[in-house]
Amino acid sequence: MLNNSLYRYLLLLGDNSLILGHRLSELCGHGPNLETDIALTNHSLDLFGQVRSYFQYAAKIAGEGTEDSVAFLRYEKDYLNVHLVEQPNTDFAHVICRQFLWDAYHLPLMKALMKSKDETLAAIGAKGEKEAAYHLRFSSEWMKRLGDGTEESHKRLQSALDHLYRYSYELFKESEVEKEMKEKGIGADLGKILEEWKKTTEDIFRSSNVSPSDDPPAIAKGKQGFHTEHMGFILAQIQYMQRAYPDMQW
Amino acid sequence: MVIPQPADIAPEILAILETVHDPEVPVLTVMDMGIMRKVEQNGTHLTIHISPTYSGCPAMDTIADDLKTAFSEHGFTTDIELVLAPAWTTDDMSEAGKRKLEEYGIASPLEATADKEALMGEAHKVKCPRCGSTNTHLVSAFGSTACKAHFKCKDCLEPFDYFKCLK
Repeated sequence: MLNNSLYRYLLLLGDNSLILGHRLSELCGHGPNLETDIALTNHSLDLFGQVRSYFQYAAKIAGEGTEDSVAFLRYEKDYLNVHLVEQPNTDFAHVICRQFLWDAYHLPLMKALMKSKDETLAAIGAKGEKEAAYHLRFSSEWMKRLGDGTEESHKRLQSALDHLYRYSYELFKESEVEKEMKEKGIGADLGKILEEWKKTTEDIFRSSNVSPSDDPPAIAKGKQGFHTEHMGFILAQIQYMQRAYPDMQW
Repeated sequence: MVIPQPADIAPEILAILETVHDPEVPVLTVMDMGIMRKVEQNGTHLTIHISPTYSGCPAMDTIADDLKTAFSEHGFTTDIELVLAPAWTTDDMSEAGKRKLEEYGIASPLEATADKEALMGEAHKVKCPRCGSTNTHLVSAFGSTACKAHFKCKDCLEPFDYFKCLK
């Protein structure tokens, strides 16, 4: 992989959106009802839009390839997304909980990027911030509805949170690239994002009647290219067309 | 950057721009949408900068192709650049555009605070484009395209799209 910090930082940002966007796209036609089906695929579309901006920029920095080759032609160890976004769509509670944990991180991340010294990243942040705010509103509402709903929905949400909360720590574990980008005024300060994240999540957990488990953090090194067993299956699906028919276009 | 107004664009170019429509909201031209950021002319070659409404708006590629086709029919070659800054907001949409939306059956965006209240289901402020009643309710915060939410009128009982305020 190209040994350029900004390039790696763009992959780190873009891969999270790509893999989560893919997980959400798997729900297309399978949402619990029409409205949520459309809502979740809309989230997916917004995330893919952001991915395109990150990867177009990454391809420009690399000086070769396109957004498509960045998205579709890397090996598993060259993807730098966190493990949270790889977690499967076990049930609707898992989908909402994963989304909420992510959205509460994504919104302050976008706000931080708006202040980036890098003009392109600042523009991506400004565009994404509005979308992230809308997503957070949606997932927060559903957290409350499920957590404070029926006995069954509460049980499922709590169980989803028990499973997923352990993966949230990785979002804030600063990698070398993130540290360097922060120091250069290009990337976000994860410490500050964590403060925002805690405020948002504690508030919503309280109104959803759920509590995060005190299990230790999951051992996760997605930012270093080590992934869960889900990742291979995800990539097989994402990459199939470009691998089978190189350079194919719609 | 200031968003170019029709008066800033050469009449010959503007006339062609006004023939290119949004494929998902076909009553709106690219000028109505307010997605035009810059038009640079060098003889018969144009560089056109447009800004997406939403990051993932799938209409942008089609709009870019449609612009190329429309200009090539008038002897121009074009490069289309997608620019993210300044980010598009619903304020960029022209008044004529908002009127056309209503006539087409899509409620046009409210100002930001009212929009938030409407989408949180706290207030009935979105006006039904068919009967004009504000006795409407949110069916889904996400609609048929990234830019719309789905509403229903409780008076005339018709469902309709609402173009979300993006600011």
